[in-house]
Amino acid sequence: MSSRKQLSGVNNVMTQVRGWLYLLPALLFLIAFMVYPLIDVFVYSYQEGFNSASQTSFGIGLYNYKYILRDPYFLKAVKNTFILVIITVPVSTGLSLLISLGLSSIQKLKNMFQTIFFLPYVTNTLAVGLVFMILFRKTPYTDGLVNLLIGKFGISPIDFIDGPYWAKMLVLSIYVIWIVMPFKILILTSALASVPEVYYQSAKIDGTSSWRVFWRITLPMISPMIFYLVITGFIGAFKAYSDAVAIFGVNLNAADMNTIVGYVYDMLYGDGGGYPSYASAAAIVLFAIVLTITVINLIVSRKATDNT
Amino acid sequence: MRFKRPIIYFFLSIWAIIVLFPFYWMVLTSFKSYASYAGERIPKFIATNPTLENYTSAFTAVPLAKYFANTLIFTLVTTGLMVAVIIFAAYAFARINFRGRHLMFVMFLALMMIPNELVIITNFVTITDLGMRNSFAGLILPSVTSVFYIYLLKENFEQVPDELYYAAKVDGTSDIKYLFKVMVPMCRPTIITVIILKVIECWNSYVWPRLITDDPNFFLVSNGIQEIRENGFGRDNIPAMMAAVVAVSVPLIVLFLIFRKKIMAGVSREGIKG
Repeated sequence: MSSRKQLSGVNNVMTQVRGWLYLLPALLFLIAFMVYPLIDVFVYSYQEGFNSASQTSFGIGLYNYKYILRDPYFLKAVKNTFILVIITVPVSTGLSLLISLGLSSIQKLKNMFQTIFFLPYVTNTLAVGLVFMILFRKTPYTDGLVNLLIGKFGISPIDFIDGPYWAKMLVLSIYVIWIVMPFKILILTSALASVPEVYYQSAKIDGTSSWRVFWRITLPMISPMIFYLVITGFIGAFKAYSDAVAIFGVNLNAADMNTIVGYVYDMLYGDGGGYPSYASAAAIVLFAIVLTITVINLIVSRKATDNT
Repeated sequence: MRFKRPIIYFFLSIWAIIVLFPFYWMVLTSFKSYASYAGERIPKFIATNPTLENYTSAFTAVPLAKYFANTLIFTLVTTGLMVAVIIFAAYAFARINFRGRHLMFVMFLALMMIPNELVIITNFVTITDLGMRNSFAGLILPSVTSVFYIYLLKENFEQVPDELYYAAKVDGTSDIKYLFKVMVPMCRPTIITVIILKVIECWNSYVWPRLITDDPNFFLVSNGIQEIRENGFGRDNIPAMMAAVVAVSVPLIVLFLIFRKKIMAGVSREGIKG
């Protein structure tokens, strides 16, 4: 410690300058593309009638928020997003827990399974979405593979891509789940691997049933990670967008499948674009929702961990 | 947790099939000729007359090669710049004892919680105002820094023993030389992990490139795929589209199979950060 003091005493000024100099590139990028935009997005959201061409606005107020909250497209996007979240978060978390439990109780082929299960993480969302589209699509020429499959159970063909609302929502949910599973399986498998073997051994000596072992040992030990996955799962699902584009194309409003993030980008750019104020207001509403849900999640998880 | 083994293998295999099937289907379809694909009311699970014509048309009928080249440039430059920026920042935080270091670090960590969707609106306006739409600068600049990777690398730099630093100082080695001769080589595994994860992210990025480019000459593969889908080979030439999809997917899958352990360890680190 004393040698460090001596050294820094000798070239103290140099150290100060060097420190900031090394940090400078990162700092400049962060200020330009994160700190400034973060402040600016709030400014935009309160500027009424902002015109990007003349850089002028009528005044400051809540008009942008009022506008989007009355916009049927926004309300539709909110509804779609909530449905998507409510379906995908529990299903993907539960399914990944089952798969991780399965993975951690086998030795043979474990590596192979883990590798396969991780594949969706490294694929291009837009590219694979196209495959899902053709699997579920019904065209005049063919009913598509999925329809042929469910036809075996006596269900008549459904157009999952251009058809009824719930059919489209189902495809989107399946795709979102397919995409998010690798991360959850990975996290839960490593959480399960970190439960000390001693617990299981002593349970075995006591002759505890495996069901009891799961509820009394495994679940409490990995519950922090499950809560973590639920929280990040909510955040991620609320921000869903590329998955929907991958399956239904760029015009999500026409497909009736827009999400909140999709609404933000539509307001910003594209056919209905050019309204950064509306986009900002929508983005802030989205993050108010996400923040609220995250806080609720944290409170619930704290309560649950206290009880065990 | 001892279920019956065969049942476990059965269910794991089912999930494996669900994961693999879309890949199988895209490869299969990409080898079917357009005529035979369109003639199949009930899709066949094997290609009876496999053909490579879809791959030829994927690279000739649409500028897929151009999209690849753009993505490659974008990925290499973004990753290269990012690695340079984060090495210096991580070194400053880990080794240089300047005033305000701790405060700055806490502020950096706070930035980690800011979602991209909030800042992208102003970034879009900024880049548009700078006249950088449809340019590589516009594509690259906003994605050059990553607070999380700075954090990851700083942790790793701090594990390098202090003694090495003092020894180097006594020898009169400059900071920059020490950084690149000692720190970077010693922390190479972490740096490689960061590079791979960033490459994956760049290769798959869609939203920002879509906002900032409308000139197909600057499209990346994701936007290219979208473009092909909307008005590429004619809406129904699915086999040609699948050839393009395979071409886009293969590089990352190869990268994944080579660096499987590193990627999975890196991603689970990312998970633990929360």
